[in-house]
Amino acid sequence: MPEIAWREALNQAMSEEMERDVNVFLMGEEVARYNGAYKVSQGLLDKFGSARVVDAPISELGFAGLGVGAAMVGLRPIIEMMTWNFAILAMDQIVNNAAKLRHMSGGQLRCPIVFRGPNGSGGRLSSQHSQSLEANYAHFPGLKVLAPSTPADAKGLLKAAIRDDNPIIFLEAELLYGVKGEVPTGEHLLPIGKADLKREGKDATIITWSRMYYFAEQAAQLLEKEGIHVDLVDLRTLKPLDEEAILTSVRKTNRVVVVEEGWSFCGVGAQIADIIQLRAFDELDAPVERVTGLDVNRSYAAVLEKATEVSTERIVAAVKKVMYREEGT
Amino acid sequence: MATEVQLPALSPTMTEGKIVKWLKKEGDSISSGEAIAEVETDKSNLEVEAFDDGVLLKILVAEGETGKVGAPIAVIGQKGEKVEVSAAPAKAPAPAAAPAPPARPAPKVPPPGPEARKEVPQPEERGRRAGGPAQVVPIRRAEEPPPPAADDGGRVRASPLAKRMAREEGLDLAGVQGSGPSGRIVKRDVEAAMGQAGQAAAVARAPAPAGRPAPVAVPSFGRREPEVLPISGMRKIISQRMAEVKPGVPHFYVTVDIDMEEAAKIREQAKAAEVKVSINDLIVKAAAMALRRQPKVNVSLQGDRILQFHTADVGIAVAIEDGLITPVIRDADQKTLGTIAAEARELAERARRKALKPEEYAGGSITVSNLGMFGVDSFIAVINPPQASIVAVGGVAEKPVVREGKVVARKMMSTTFSGDHRIVDGALGAQYLQELKALLENPTRLLF
Repeated sequence: MPEIAWREALNQAMSEEMERDVNVFLMGEEVARYNGAYKVSQGLLDKFGSARVVDAPISELGFAGLGVGAAMVGLRPIIEMMTWNFAILAMDQIVNNAAKLRHMSGGQLRCPIVFRGPNGSGGRLSSQHSQSLEANYAHFPGLKVLAPSTPADAKGLLKAAIRDDNPIIFLEAELLYGVKGEVPTGEHLLPIGKADLKREGKDATIITWSRMYYFAEQAAQLLEKEGIHVDLVDLRTLKPLDEEAILTSVRKTNRVVVVEEGWSFCGVGAQIADIIQLRAFDELDAPVERVTGLDVNRSYAAVLEKATEVSTERIVAAVKKVMYREEGT
Repeated sequence: MATEVQLPALSPTMTEGKIVKWLKKEGDSISSGEAIAEVETDKSNLEVEAFDDGVLLKILVAEGETGKVGAPIAVIGQKGEKVEVSAAPAKAPAPAAAPAPPARPAPKVPPPGPEARKEVPQPEERGRRAGGPAQVVPIRRAEEPPPPAADDGGRVRASPLAKRMAREEGLDLAGVQGSGPSGRIVKRDVEAAMGQAGQAAAVARAPAPAGRPAPVAVPSFGRREPEVLPISGMRKIISQRMAEVKPGVPHFYVTVDIDMEEAAKIREQAKAAEVKVSINDLIVKAAAMALRRQPKVNVSLQGDRILQFHTADVGIAVAIEDGLITPVIRDADQKTLGTIAAEARELAERARRKALKPEEYAGGSITVSNLGMFGVDSFIAVINPPQASIVAVGGVAEKPVVREGKVVARKMMSTTFSGDHRIVDGALGAQYLQELKALLENPTRLLF
């Protein structure tokens, strides 16, 4: 399999789906002539023309609404948000229209639309451009929320998202666009709602998604040197959540650390901890530990930013804590 | 609407039970309160009653199979109703096999992308860049609250998993030292405690669902393979308990020889009055009266408390098929020898049929264990916690003893007292035996 970067994997997914289905089109800020702010849509304008690769004005609420309307009447829009921080402006279209059309119309309308774009830290972009917003979208019924970690997963899930008949929030980590990995060429579809056990171990479970997977993997490698073997569950889809994958691992290891780039309060990890205490109470040998971004705004200053972000060290410490080892105890 | 019949906990220590017999078949009508099945618990066979009227639609756990407490064993509903089973049936699962998904190579962390600004932060590198003192970032959660003030009501702190393991293994967590925060008992502590319980416990823990014995790793040297016997619920409990008791309860032993000439005469007199009284009945009565005279022996250690009883209840060890059980004769000090004899016979008979109720073998502070009928001279017995002592009684036999300077033949009986040294001391045990000896050697005292 060829090694390609995340952005190329996304490009392949969109390009293949646009070739397969004329109803698929891409719209967003600078997606066409500039080939995308992060070069995800490189070459798509040349390939599919300006009717299907559309530069939108700087008006997130407006073009999100255009996308919802297009989806209602049979097209399959991909709406690129330059970042999910900006998509906060489009929340009304996403939450009040996209997520609710099927319900409000008594099932007469569908909304097959993908909202996609970079999420989470951008590396010293300060508080307005560093937010991890998955918990916001996962909160609403009617939306599916995807947050893959590897280029291959990104391709397989974006293709599946474009073919899905429901509104999808597709979260790409800004800092992963250049990360490379092996990606199958051509048709590669992954099921929405299925987690992936990326590493197997018997001592503790780390549950994570998106960019935090790489931190968890590094932590797992450090822990392995100390004889601690972790199960690493990469959720890939946050909603619908693969509860069985979580519970299967918890039953095996009896100890859980949930790693989340976003904030702790009402985070996705809080929901996961709730499911575990509810459905696997008798399996737990320790309280579920969470490693999250600290509950403050991200700073521009590198030292402060680092101090408030998730680190490999904190994941290692949390795993030791649930195992009642050393500084963990 | 169809209702599931769940396997009830028929004894305090029961976690699973074997369906010995279905008293109803599928299709039979059932009224509420009617017994539908006979279940072998860890101690005895008990009946499961239906709580609903209707028809027995489906049996989920077949005769001979073992079910978990709380899980469905049958479905009752209206005739012709379709059966939908919500939960997994109660069949005790095979030993948890770790799921074995296909092996896969650990994915490697991809190198950072080409652009300087957008590269993946490599945490270690960042750590170096930050320089200076180590991470100040604490683990997000506040530290565990400090242990509460001394009196926490004797509550055992244990993780949910540790509690579940202890429940399944029949381990009392009160005696386990916790190594987690605030003394929390965690998995490794339970494992250590089970490890101490030794190989007997390991045998008991070995997967042995009825009819599906685990493979045995004993070389047969080309000869006939040994028989593999399933471990019954009772055997499992006995092996677990004994493995815990011997290292867990420090035993001490005191032995006396008791002259039973007079006691034997009492027995003859009873026979003449057409009352059947055994030597053991006399010992039970004497043991109860001795408890009254030495109330410090009438105790039980329960966690961090000692209970001293106001009643004198005496257990009698009854050997039954594949084990033993100790039904208790309540207020044995208050009862006539005739009453004790009748009760003991009746309890022993039901014990052999495994038909004792849990409350009939719970409590008491002492047990009488008698192997005299097997020609045993003397032996020492293992205490049955939470009782604090046991008397092991040998047979009555003529022995040469010295009386007033002359060797004479007397009917003698050797008795050994085992005490839990944590709450009963050697001198106390000796004083108790002194009372027992005095009562049996002057058995008219047993009559008033």
